[in-house]
Amino acid sequence: MTSPSGAIESPMGAYQRRLNEGVLAYQYSPKAQRAVFYPRVLCPFTGSADLQWRESRGEGTVHAVTYLYPKGEPPYNVVLVDLDDGFRMMSRVEGNQNVAADQVRIGMRVRVRIRRQDGADAVPFFEPIDAQP
Amino acid sequence: MTIHPLQRGATAIVGVAESDLGQVAPGTLPVDLMAQGTLRALEDAGLALSDIDGVFASSAQVRLASVALCEYLGLRPRYQDSSFSGGSVFETMVGHAAAAIQAGQCEVALLAYGSTQRSVAGGLLNIRGFDPLITPFGPRMPLSGYALAASRHMHEFGTTREHLAAVAVAARDWARMNPVAWERDPLTIEQVLASRMVSHPLTVRDACVVTDGGGAVIITTAERARHLKKPPVYVLGVGDAIGHLEIHSMPDLTTTTAVQSSRAAYAMAGMEPKDIDVVELYDAFTINTLLFLEDLGFVPKGEAGPFVASGAISPGGSLPVNTAGGGLSYTHPGLYGLFLLIEAARQIRGECGQRQVQACETALAHGNGGTLSAQSTVVLGGPSTV
Repeated sequence: MTSPSGAIESPMGAYQRRLNEGVLAYQYSPKAQRAVFYPRVLCPFTGSADLQWRESRGEGTVHAVTYLYPKGEPPYNVVLVDLDDGFRMMSRVEGNQNVAADQVRIGMRVRVRIRRQDGADAVPFFEPIDAQP
Repeated sequence: MTIHPLQRGATAIVGVAESDLGQVAPGTLPVDLMAQGTLRALEDAGLALSDIDGVFASSAQVRLASVALCEYLGLRPRYQDSSFSGGSVFETMVGHAAAAIQAGQCEVALLAYGSTQRSVAGGLLNIRGFDPLITPFGPRMPLSGYALAASRHMHEFGTTREHLAAVAVAARDWARMNPVAWERDPLTIEQVLASRMVSHPLTVRDACVVTDGGGAVIITTAERARHLKKPPVYVLGVGDAIGHLEIHSMPDLTTTTAVQSSRAAYAMAGMEPKDIDVVELYDAFTINTLLFLEDLGFVPKGEAGPFVASGAISPGGSLPVNTAGGGLSYTHPGLYGLFLLIEAARQIRGECGQRQVQACETALAHGNGGTLSAQSTVVLGGPSTV
């Protein structure tokens, strides 16, 4: 768990560093032969400390969705996305001219869009994949 | 079949009480409410403070809850427990207390809770810090976590917002018969559907009330219980199960580990869902009632919506559920689980006045902590059950 500079790096630190470089990364457990997410120091399926970092292809399917309606602001959603790589994460699917934020549905195909503003840590949002498979 | 390490009916609830509820006097501390509940529960049991030798306390607001309560009450118990696993912790503590009593580590166990979340925050206390896996996306936690589970239940089983609203209306119909319930005005399905949407599909009326409050439950040996003021309410079964902490790590959003916790409690009690007269379950949000009716075995998976909409859990229905009005209408100071035990014990004793369920000999109290995370089930029974 060392960073390029040689300093000790935590699981979440390693995840965030990759995000800040524009990559959505996840861990893979060879022993369990499945993805592990969120990042941690051991595989929760086997107890093995052998975890490999992999780069997500960044595409997935909306598994669950809720819409929020803050006063005086446009609605937004919060989703759970099942990535094709075999892990689930919380995020938000940003609306566009074709799909309003509160029209995002379970089963919709989405692609990650990592956003980083003002030097803050990057955040993995999603956008609809317009051409539905 | 494995033998449960705890003995069915070896311990009993002998005293229950709420503290002041709703909005308490300015300056009231959570530990004041724990102590007030303790005094009232001791009076209910016919016991004195000096009888208590086991103290179990929990609150999101109180640092080292059991330690703080002992200092306040001047107690030096042989056994103490400040577990904090969310709203189900008091069901979990029934198991802890039963085990400690059965092992001889204490004889009279006090379970106490106090919260002033309404007074201090005007909203649910937020004890969450920044979480890069949750916070940037803006969910209103825990409500949005439950909303995500509800979205899956609707997607998989055709559950509707009307089904969810029927849960809120049933809770209100019971609350109207509870003099200390926070919300007692009539409520209709149409009013729930028209109320402010917070995190779809959950409106403000699909969410619990936000109140101050506390209380206490006293548990002792079955032998000692038989010589106290009120009829014993025996601990027949207990069961705990944990699934996840955060909603993103819940393996199946429509099935909770209440399946496992209730299975353990039923096995210890030697009972099945059909043997339960009254169900008290943790309804922080309307989706909870649907999920738990299914996971506790009262209806098949996916069928709770139509079941509730038929009036089955309302006053006069076939399965009385949340007879005090639930977290949705009666009270919800943050950790609602203690109040499930209080109402279950009162129903078994026949003390519930207008809302009393006739011939109630058994009751199930099911606690939920976190975001459908920590599940704990307690089966209780009156003198005829042992």
